[in-house]
Amino acid sequence: MAIRKRELTFWEKLYLPQIFSGLKLTMKHFFVNLFIHMAHRLGLMKNSSAAVTIQYPEERRWLAPRLRTRHRLMLREEGTPRCVGCMMCETICPAKCITIVAGEHPDPNVEKYPTRFDIDLGKCVYCGYCVEACPEDAIRMDTQILDIAAYSRDAMKLDMHELLNPTLRKPLKECELKFPHKCAIHDGKITGSWDAVYGKGPKKSNQFESETPSH
Amino acid sequence: MPKITIDGKTIEVAAGTTVIQAAEQVGVFIPRYCYHPGLSVAGNCRICLVDVEKAPKLQIACNTPVAEGMVVNTTSKKVTDGQQSVLEFLLANHPLDCPVCDQSGECDLQNFYMQYGRYDPRFEEQKNKKPKAVPIGPTVMLDAERCVLCSRCVRFTDEITKTGEFGIFNRGEKAEIGLYPGKTLDNDYSGNVVDICPVGALTDRDFRFKARVWYLSTAPSVCNGCSQGCNIDVHYVLDRPHLADGARVMRLKPRYNADVNQWWICDEGRYGFKSADQDRIEKISLKGAVAAWDIALTQIATAVTKLKAANQLSAMAVIPSAQLTIEDLYAVKKLTDQLPGVVCTAQVPPLPGKSDDLLMKADKNPNSAGVALLELDKTPASSIIEAAVSGQIKILWVIGQDLVKLFGEEKVKQLAQKVELFIYQGPNTNKTSSYAHVVLPASHYLEKDGTFINVQNRVQRIGKILPALGDSKADWQIVAALAAKLGLTAGWKSLPELFVAAAAEVKPLNGLTYEKIGQQGFTV
Repeated sequence: MAIRKRELTFWEKLYLPQIFSGLKLTMKHFFVNLFIHMAHRLGLMKNSSAAVTIQYPEERRWLAPRLRTRHRLMLREEGTPRCVGCMMCETICPAKCITIVAGEHPDPNVEKYPTRFDIDLGKCVYCGYCVEACPEDAIRMDTQILDIAAYSRDAMKLDMHELLNPTLRKPLKECELKFPHKCAIHDGKITGSWDAVYGKGPKKSNQFESETPSH
Repeated sequence: MPKITIDGKTIEVAAGTTVIQAAEQVGVFIPRYCYHPGLSVAGNCRICLVDVEKAPKLQIACNTPVAEGMVVNTTSKKVTDGQQSVLEFLLANHPLDCPVCDQSGECDLQNFYMQYGRYDPRFEEQKNKKPKAVPIGPTVMLDAERCVLCSRCVRFTDEITKTGEFGIFNRGEKAEIGLYPGKTLDNDYSGNVVDICPVGALTDRDFRFKARVWYLSTAPSVCNGCSQGCNIDVHYVLDRPHLADGARVMRLKPRYNADVNQWWICDEGRYGFKSADQDRIEKISLKGAVAAWDIALTQIATAVTKLKAANQLSAMAVIPSAQLTIEDLYAVKKLTDQLPGVVCTAQVPPLPGKSDDLLMKADKNPNSAGVALLELDKTPASSIIEAAVSGQIKILWVIGQDLVKLFGEEKVKQLAQKVELFIYQGPNTNKTSSYAHVVLPASHYLEKDGTFINVQNRVQRIGKILPALGDSKADWQIVAALAAKLGLTAGWKSLPELFVAAAAEVKPLNGLTYEKIGQQGFTV
């Protein structure tokens, strides 16, 4: 397809008027910014902003609440993940950035939970399918966190610690999760216990262990 | 021979055939939960409804014998409405916990709902609560809420294993599946109830939460657990190494073979796949140091050539195993035939093993018949071991045999000191491999192609399913490489050629090819 160039008008062909109209805009911004920034320094005119520049990171742009931003995992009341490890998100993920390993939950009405849940943000395409596929509303993309940057590809991988608590930033120092999980901080070993979550005593899973159901 | 018309297709079937079997013969699928071709007819799930002309009501296809001139419709409005209602009834108390259910993806409730259901649920009441996640045996987990009371498992334990652990207790909506008091589901075929359970009520404890079923790839093979050679499907995952700590094989399922194992497989075979991923020999070990194939084989070839030059080839012995395929054994036999004097025998003392009348055989080797056919069972291996301990054997090459298990640790320790070159070749580490001077990594049987001959003299083909791990090579390839180093001619380059060569030489196998064996095997 041929691209047709717009013909310049006579006024535009004169050249100089266009130069001056451009300079006029630049000068306008210059003087407005100069004045308002000086006023800001003196603590005046706080409500009127200067140029289009946003003073990131102190100042942030308004983001639509429905914008798909960094993921988080939702929690149950007792601090365990709401996720049941069904791997629907892992299955639907077009970028294959989700890694889930499932384990046995002591509550037979929950049954399954993730012992490992990683999202590789270096691969994620922010399509939001994981959120839509989740049957438990366990994963959301509403943290409004956009500044995801790291010095290595490994640091782009979020594990359960960061997903359950979006305020955490790498490098993580301490593991605060109580339930058993493959802890990246502890070299991938299973860390935590259900006793720490539900307290000691007969666990719910032992209800039927080594005995046949009563009839 | 009554004639029956199903959905416009006419077929003549044997008297006594039921409509569901006749439909299968003409290629019409009728949904079923309680009907299983290997079990008696219960007729209690009611999903297999069909419209028989001149019958006032819908009939169940599984328990309606074919009559002369019967005209059956399986797709009419009356039928689909009936099936939909049955499904709605079965799902009334179903917990719908598909996300955490291991059956999800291969569940007949899901499949038939998508195919025959698709109704708007009307059930608004509280669903019944029943025991969930109950381990009822070493291999099986019960979830009574998910059960549709088809009674397949009850009939399996009553009719096939005759152990009778399962029963249906209580009545009406409170009816639930369970074990009789004091019983546990620990018979040797308990895993089969998981396969026949059409829903997620009975799930495999070993497979539990390891992977979702839609991650699995399937390939046919033959169980190497015993000489029965049950046909299996191997379910494996190669692209998700985070699952099950990097294991590739997730589970085994029986594959139907009317002449060998029908629909079943024993638990010993079902859970015998762990050797594919655990304790594998991945690197060549030359006196404890990692080496390359070329160096190790050259060293072996040099030692053999030295013996040959000294005319002492009778001081070399090879002990292959009946775990090897026909091709492997034939390659070993051909190699030793070209080295006159070398003793090659797979005749080892039998180890005690479980056996029964159904499938399990005491001989835990899949290819004992192949060993006999290749006449590798003439000299007892115990005489070789004695000779080795007394220092008469200079090179001992053990392929896949665990000598420590067969002859005791003390003997192996002694012979390892006496023998100049003690070679162990096999897929997994064991005590024998720890004493060997040279350890050669062989492919696991799921990583190579070949054939086994089972106890019924049936030649069955295994296939290469997984990529070879580490440096491992198929046994016949190792033998061929060594033969090349020794300057001996092999006469074949590929595995099919090797099999054709073996088939030409061994009389009962004459004229057999891989195509002829096919998926179901070939009795010789």
